[in-house]
Amino acid sequence: MTTSPPNASLWREDRDASRKVEMLVKTVLGFFAFISVATTIGIVLTLIVETFEFFQKIPIWRFLTDLQWTPRFTNPQFGILVLLSGTLMTALIATLVAIPLGLLTAICLSEYASPKVRRWIKPMLEILAGVPTVVYGYFALLLVTPILRAIVPGLQVFNALSAGLVMGIAILPLVASLSEDAIYAVPRSLREGGYALGATKREVIIGTVLPAALSGIVASFILAISRAVGETMIVAIAAGQQPRLALDPLSSVMTMTAYIVQASLGDTPAGSLEYLTLYAVGMTLFLITLGLNVLSFWIVRRFREKYE
Amino acid sequence: MTTAQGPDSVQDEQAKYTVDLPQRYRFDFVFATATWIATAIGLVVLAILLIDILTDGTGRLSLNFLSNNPSSRPALAGVRPALFGTLWLLALTTLFAFPIGVGAGIYLEEFAADNRLTQFIEINISNLAGVPSIIYGLLGLAFFVRVMAPITGGRSVLSGALTLALLVLPIIIVATRESLRTVPNSLRQAGLALGATKWQVIWEQILPLAFPGILTGTILALSRAIGETAPLIVIGAATFITTIPGGLQDRFTALPIQIYDWVSRPKVEFHRNAAGAIIVLMVVLLLMNATAVFLRNKYQKARQL
Repeated sequence: MTTSPPNASLWREDRDASRKVEMLVKTVLGFFAFISVATTIGIVLTLIVETFEFFQKIPIWRFLTDLQWTPRFTNPQFGILVLLSGTLMTALIATLVAIPLGLLTAICLSEYASPKVRRWIKPMLEILAGVPTVVYGYFALLLVTPILRAIVPGLQVFNALSAGLVMGIAILPLVASLSEDAIYAVPRSLREGGYALGATKREVIIGTVLPAALSGIVASFILAISRAVGETMIVAIAAGQQPRLALDPLSSVMTMTAYIVQASLGDTPAGSLEYLTLYAVGMTLFLITLGLNVLSFWIVRRFREKYE
Repeated sequence: MTTAQGPDSVQDEQAKYTVDLPQRYRFDFVFATATWIATAIGLVVLAILLIDILTDGTGRLSLNFLSNNPSSRPALAGVRPALFGTLWLLALTTLFAFPIGVGAGIYLEEFAADNRLTQFIEINISNLAGVPSIIYGLLGLAFFVRVMAPITGGRSVLSGALTLALLVLPIIIVATRESLRTVPNSLRQAGLALGATKWQVIWEQILPLAFPGILTGTILALSRAIGETAPLIVIGAATFITTIPGGLQDRFTALPIQIYDWVSRPKVEFHRNAAGAIIVLMVVLLLMNATAVFLRNKYQKARQL
């Protein structure tokens, strides 16, 4: 007969209890994971319900074809094209800044900068990405606009140019970090192969590394456009509140997001036309950004070059 | 080159190829310089932005600025309700988003089977991370402010915090999963081999190791929430309020809202106030980020020992 160890009495084979705890924990945590799905359902449902009600009052063809945006007039017009043109203008300027600068920054960090310099620059880019957008709005309206007005004749106080430029800086870190991830994933052997063929560093980067990382880079560009379309505070502060169907970077424009902010600051009782308009505009914004995000994921999945 | 091409195209290809090395190295230099300039532009703008705000705002900083209420007279105006509102939001958002986000992350990383449903949840989470924050405001307005009004009290600090919690949830989930992934699988297997249940292994072995990483990610996510303006404007945070929230159902304002309100006024004195409020907001963010860095370093040291 064997003697039992001294602490044997402390040990209980209570598998039942621990199995119950296991089930309970799994259910609760699974429910937490489900909350993210519920959020999506909530967003889609609220947008659909309120937008549907909006289209009961304003026919969808007027929403799509009106050439003015005057929801508060006695004879209101709801031409989403007007807000789309404002959004397009600011987003275009922002991406024209963010894409080249972001990509070049990514190349610099992954190919040229020494590890030590990299360790300094990356946190600073993170700070740039972490600056609240309302601060960028302040910067655009009170520093960039006055400087631009001294250079560019005919620039209005509120204008798409200044808001777009600053927004470009704000989304630059996004392009830089996503593109850098893509470039970093290109295996060293491809670079060495390029050098072995007698290419210079620039030729290897442009001819070999960038094409190999292209899917990730393009995906980062599209995400940047999506971010620019949904960006709110910079345009609400610096781009103005003038709904106008034009593509003039020097004048005041109104984006979809700026409209939502402006209308939210006023009185929007539930069920009122003003309230429903918020959701119709929100729906448009949601569909555009969702489409861009899905496109970006698809590009990464479809065109990713896999290296072992 | 493919061999199918005729001699002409081979010659064309040869014509394109130049051995002129000095010329090619010159292009290399230009290209390298361009990437350095592009990198410098971002950093220089960051420096200008910080200097601009410090020069505009430091003059307004004083204890009175922190303890005064907003006022129509800029020299007397302060950020007390906004600062307290932001701290309320920070506490409540953490309370909701931290346990739920970490829980969901643990579930997806450790428990969930690799099936269609899990993939769907994962795609859904990455999509949510790309939804503009103002859309979360619209959800908060319809759901927390209107439908759940009896519980949240309408345009209250609770509604604001719940909206922000949904906003940062995807970031916390992703951070949690990444942190869990850094814990070696051998630890899990050792625990299971000793007869522990999955949850016992996670709770006793995995979480303590992953926790600093989770905490860092959470703090960074929360610092994003604290800088958010648009969703709070949409759910109807007050722009001019002289009381601080005493309870969950009270109306509130927050530092970004206060900054927006002051920036939007024409008077220069209010712009100075906005810069002052930005400094206060940045100090709050800086403290949070410093905590995150501190935890990360402490964690790395602990692992090296």
